[in-house]
Amino acid sequence: MLAAPFLDVKNIYLSFGGIMAIAGVSFHVNRGEIFSIIGPNGAGKTSILNTISGIYPPDKGSILYDGEEITRLPVHKRPVKGVVRTFQNLELFKGMTVLDNLMLSRHIYMNYGLLSSVLWIGKARKEEVAHRKRVEEVIDFLQLTHIRKKHVFELSYGLQKRVELARAMCLEPKLLLLDEPMAGMNSEETEDMARYVIDLNEEMGITIILIEHDMKVVMDLSSRVVAIDFGEKICEGVPKEVAVNPKVLSAYLGEEKWL
Amino acid sequence: MNYTNCGNFKCSYEKDAALFQTLFSRLCIGVFLVMLVALPFLMDHYFIYILNMILIAVIGAVGLNILTGFTGLISLGQGAFMAVGAFGAGYLSSQVGLPFFLAIPAAGVIAALVGAFFGIPSLRLKGLYLSIATLAAQFIIEFIIIRAEPITGGVQGLSIDYARFFGIPINDDFRFYWLALPLAVTMTLLATNIVRSKIGRAFLSVRDNYIAAEAMGINLFHYKLTAFAISSFYAGVAGSLWAYYTTIVTVENFTIMVSIQYLSMIIIGGLGSILGSIFGATFLIVLPEALQFISNMAAGQFPAVSQIVGALKEMAFGLVIILFLLFEPEGLARRWRLIKAYWKLWPFSY
Repeated sequence: MLAAPFLDVKNIYLSFGGIMAIAGVSFHVNRGEIFSIIGPNGAGKTSILNTISGIYPPDKGSILYDGEEITRLPVHKRPVKGVVRTFQNLELFKGMTVLDNLMLSRHIYMNYGLLSSVLWIGKARKEEVAHRKRVEEVIDFLQLTHIRKKHVFELSYGLQKRVELARAMCLEPKLLLLDEPMAGMNSEETEDMARYVIDLNEEMGITIILIEHDMKVVMDLSSRVVAIDFGEKICEGVPKEVAVNPKVLSAYLGEEKWL
Repeated sequence: MNYTNCGNFKCSYEKDAALFQTLFSRLCIGVFLVMLVALPFLMDHYFIYILNMILIAVIGAVGLNILTGFTGLISLGQGAFMAVGAFGAGYLSSQVGLPFFLAIPAAGVIAALVGAFFGIPSLRLKGLYLSIATLAAQFIIEFIIIRAEPITGGVQGLSIDYARFFGIPINDDFRFYWLALPLAVTMTLLATNIVRSKIGRAFLSVRDNYIAAEAMGINLFHYKLTAFAISSFYAGVAGSLWAYYTTIVTVENFTIMVSIQYLSMIIIGGLGSILGSIFGATFLIVLPEALQFISNMAAGQFPAVSQIVGALKEMAFGLVIILFLLFEPEGLARRWRLIKAYWKLWPFSY
């Protein structure tokens, strides 16, 4: 048998009151792949991401990450393990500069304590500079040099999306959860973003879970796809299989039989 | 809005993180500090008294701004945490016999612990709900102080000796200034360091977007309590300074009105700005004195209406605050930035 999958989601359930957001979904993600989750609006894609990133722990079922149970791990401990997410509707720190947004992501790697930060001596100074260097690498990679001192609220939507990706990158993820990174972008921006996602995956070896509505992007980028509808998994496989699966087509286009 | 001088190129990240980016700004702060040192020699007791009050208020306001402006947790308990510091210093110096340079930090630590304790609800409560919870803290602490007579002297309060520095009693405005000034400057400097370090960034992230902050690895509970502790430490130090200044500590000096006054200071000065806290503290201390001065003058000119003038003073105080909220909601700190920007571009301001 092959080695255990990088992320193993086993039969998870999540409900809000009477609404079943996830009803028994299982899938696994292999190390180094781009894995996409697709489905119509309200199908439960983001809910699945929320269970993996810990914002809503599942009611039932378990999530294994790198052979480790993380189902009930507090949210703020997950980035330390390498599980990092972006948000569908920009959740940046708007009152902070781009640089501060990214430096915040280095927080979990900074070790200096209250005393050295209050006095701004030794360790604090050294670490701030060292992490600034790492942040600058990301800024270079995502071409954010011209806006690094700008406040986030001043930026355009496309740039904010890119800052959000940069913020996730600064956390040095092993498993990156991207929630609709191309939503609301024009075709040029979408292409740029797709290129960044591929680079992250291929050059840095980051495993990626992608939620996206742009089917062209999904089909081109992903190595495997899972389709969700009404909180249930309806299909899983390579993009070509999923694209022609009758259940997926009916979920997206509706069924004809009752006409 | 980032109006730095052009030609201000930096060659290291270290320099980019410096507090004062240019020689000019370093010069300005140097001149300002020299002025602060020179001022008491040029003024009479009344003005030094006002300066002392400002210095105490600056410490308290900077502390509250760390909590409310930077971390986004509205607190109506600053007055109570100052009371804890004042009574803490009072008890430690009069009963235990600690000298002031130990009693003031110790009082700060006591206040920090109390503040952190009353900050526990902040994990679940936000915004208005949290401010009501801190309001409860204000009343609970007042009640405890009144009831814990063996320690606090109850309603009568504590009476303590003047602080002694190598045998010299700090017993007048002029001498107290030399205690308050270094303390206020140091505390402000430390606050700016906190703000630009990883702790400050964590505070800001909690304020701006706590869900994302948590997803980026920030432990919300830890940082909210830290914010409460730091803020209350500042309040405690301010309260203990007050105790040494007046030498009589009663609970009436630290009512809900004080909490509201400090909240107005940081709103008028500018939330999330250390400089703003200084502006706000100065403004709210000077304003009533200035109004008093004006009303005294007016009363001298028109003795018949002196009663009305006194009442007008209170009204003017309220009016100024309302006008500020209407026309300068981001506080004096923003106005200061605009003025600086204006002079940077002048005379070609397009």
